[in-house]
Amino acid sequence: MKFTASVLAACLAAAGMSGPASAQDVDNLTAAYEEDGRYYTEDDVPTFNVGDDGTVDWLTYSGFRRYHSECHVCHGPEGEGSSYAPALKTSAIDMDYYDFLDVVTNGRQVVNAAEHNVMPAFGDNPNVMCYIDDIYVYLKARGADAVPRGRPAKKESKSDVIRDDENACLGL
Amino acid sequence: MKTFMTLTSVFAMTAAGAAIANESIQAEIDKPEQWVLQTGDYKNQRFSKLDQINKDNVDDLQVAWTFSTGVLRGHEGSPLVVGDTMYVHTPFPNIVYALDLANDGVIKWKYEPKQNADVIGVMCCDTVNRGVAYGDGKIFLHQADTKVVALDANTGEVLWSVMNGDPAKGETNTATVMPVGDKVIVGISGGEFGVQGHVTAYDMNTGEMAWRAYSTGPDDQILFDPEKTTALGKPVGADSSLNSWEGDQWKIGGGTTWGWYSYDAEENLIYYGSGNPSTWNPSQRPGDNKWSMTIFARDADTGVAKWVYQMTPHDEWDYDGINEMILTEQEVDGQMRKLLTHFDRNGLAYTLDRVSGELLVAEKYDPAVNWTTGVDMDPESETYGRPAVVAEMSTEQNGEDVNSTGICPAALGTKDQQPAAYHPDTQMFYVPTNHVCMDYEPFRVSYTAGQPYVGATLAMYPAPDSHGGMGNFIAWDNINGEIKWSIPEQFSVWSGALATAGDVVFYGTLEGYLKAVDAETGDELYRFKTPSGIIGNVMTYEQAGKQYVAVLSGVGGWAGIGLAAGLTNPNDGLGAVGGYSSLSDYTALGGQLTVFALPD
Repeated sequence: MKFTASVLAACLAAAGMSGPASAQDVDNLTAAYEEDGRYYTEDDVPTFNVGDDGTVDWLTYSGFRRYHSECHVCHGPEGEGSSYAPALKTSAIDMDYYDFLDVVTNGRQVVNAAEHNVMPAFGDNPNVMCYIDDIYVYLKARGADAVPRGRPAKKESKSDVIRDDENACLGL
Repeated sequence: MKTFMTLTSVFAMTAAGAAIANESIQAEIDKPEQWVLQTGDYKNQRFSKLDQINKDNVDDLQVAWTFSTGVLRGHEGSPLVVGDTMYVHTPFPNIVYALDLANDGVIKWKYEPKQNADVIGVMCCDTVNRGVAYGDGKIFLHQADTKVVALDANTGEVLWSVMNGDPAKGETNTATVMPVGDKVIVGISGGEFGVQGHVTAYDMNTGEMAWRAYSTGPDDQILFDPEKTTALGKPVGADSSLNSWEGDQWKIGGGTTWGWYSYDAEENLIYYGSGNPSTWNPSQRPGDNKWSMTIFARDADTGVAKWVYQMTPHDEWDYDGINEMILTEQEVDGQMRKLLTHFDRNGLAYTLDRVSGELLVAEKYDPAVNWTTGVDMDPESETYGRPAVVAEMSTEQNGEDVNSTGICPAALGTKDQQPAAYHPDTQMFYVPTNHVCMDYEPFRVSYTAGQPYVGATLAMYPAPDSHGGMGNFIAWDNINGEIKWSIPEQFSVWSGALATAGDVVFYGTLEGYLKAVDAETGDELYRFKTPSGIIGNVMTYEQAGKQYVAVLSGVGGWAGIGLAAGLTNPNDGLGAVGGYSSLSDYTALGGQLTVFALPD
């Protein structure tokens, strides 16, 4: 399914359609199903889940923590942006999931007379890459205004599968 | 010096050469119409003897001329004036302009280095640069990528250059350099990337390395003499740094040196502070983590440390110790002493004897500071010189994965690098401060070379139960350890202050105001809103008999991170979000120099 989604994105890009338009065509936010404490859209893209009482899924909570360790010194608190780096809460909504992964993994440079913006490549940083879905769903929840600024008050517990995957990724 | 002459002739010549270079730089510093070092003088007093602009006429101040730097990001530091030439620097790409003040500010030359843009991505907290320095006919530029360049002050021609670090390992630069004797003293940034911090002296004429002193590691790397280097009056002993770390953590232990440097020619000592130990998760680095968070006094010729004082052993809050060391001569208990005053990120202002390293005063310079009850001042005590940590605010004692709340100050400190000023007549220090608190949750991280090595989640917000703003501009008495007056500011004051013989103190604000206040009372005398927020330092000079005041605008830096979005107190919930207006409502990016003068 993931393969299908990226092929689709590539076809749309080739046809000259903009990325954000394609992202808006499909529901990229609503959780369609849950698997071991992780939530996904109909297109198998990771997403957030907020209960009626404000309880957030584990990844959204974890993403809040990891974002404010790895990302906020450039991108500002809670994905709001800074004087020199874009507001990622918007990027997470506007950008396709796979494009988002690509930029985090490989970096991106916009360097010209007016701008000196350099996103470093985090591909070999386990503190980022082992939590990339966490960071992504947190930012998407912020962009969709599904969670307010600040620390999420209530959270789902961490599933055994998430714990095992984390340890495997970190090599613990 | 006479005893030196009896030594070998080569050594004697070197020493004599250093002395001549020293005198020539000091002679340039002593001309009040000039501003040849970022710090104003070797003492870091940021005091000018000029008094044409004074407290009675400063309200007539007008904009004389302006200059766009052509760069948008955060502009720290200030221009220099040497003779009839003004030198203006920019953040990355670190352009240097030489402006001819005698000829309507025409650009005499412009130097723009070629740097790999990858360095931008490994600079924590914007691409700021705190300016160039002048010495011996040369302009010294320390670029973002750690290349140190000596330019001919008249032509902009490159005379020599040397790489001080490796950006691929996260080693970068934001600081200015200090020319001393026949050497240039150079620091390094990268505390959030697991860099092993160091200070290096390069030959002023060739760029050849004279010595390098690390902040952490074995004695031969940190240039300590176990018998002669002292801490609070006692020899530090062998392996003083290694003994305070677990395993090899010191190799990625931080202790970077990106602040300001001062110099006492009589003692031939340079003074500076080291930054945080890395990571920000204290549980991953047991021990005192020496010599991070430390004030150093080192011999300018050899780099060997004479004395050290660690302010925050085993940091748990990112309170870098890099802020400036201001040197003064003042009376203490009826005796003239050579003093060093330092406003630390940790919220304590220290006064020490700068010859011996004796600790005289350590007091909070913001009443909000709550992580410590104070420093043990009893020389007989086992914990002499150590701050008493409040258990509730200890991110170590609360442990990994626990959110410690309501810690004051926040990681950006009661003051960051923005330098204070000292007026010898009032004997007061004028200090730009932050009034911000934080929640801090440390967790485990792994180290990858060239990648951020942080390991903590932070939330920052204005100090609770106060005036609601995020800054103060205060006057400080360093002998009695007291605030004399305090001006509340809506945002952190991220601009370096200037005190003048006209009894006026100047500083900039993040909204973009240049403000002038009465040195005695703090009463506001003048304000003007410049095109962008001010994180630069105010300087003054005289040209053709007329005094000018100049400051760089251009919001950014660490102040540009959170404040662009506005800070909120997460404990207040959604309701407070609108309570603190964000800086973006007041100002936008743009690098510009604004120069002020009285009307003709």
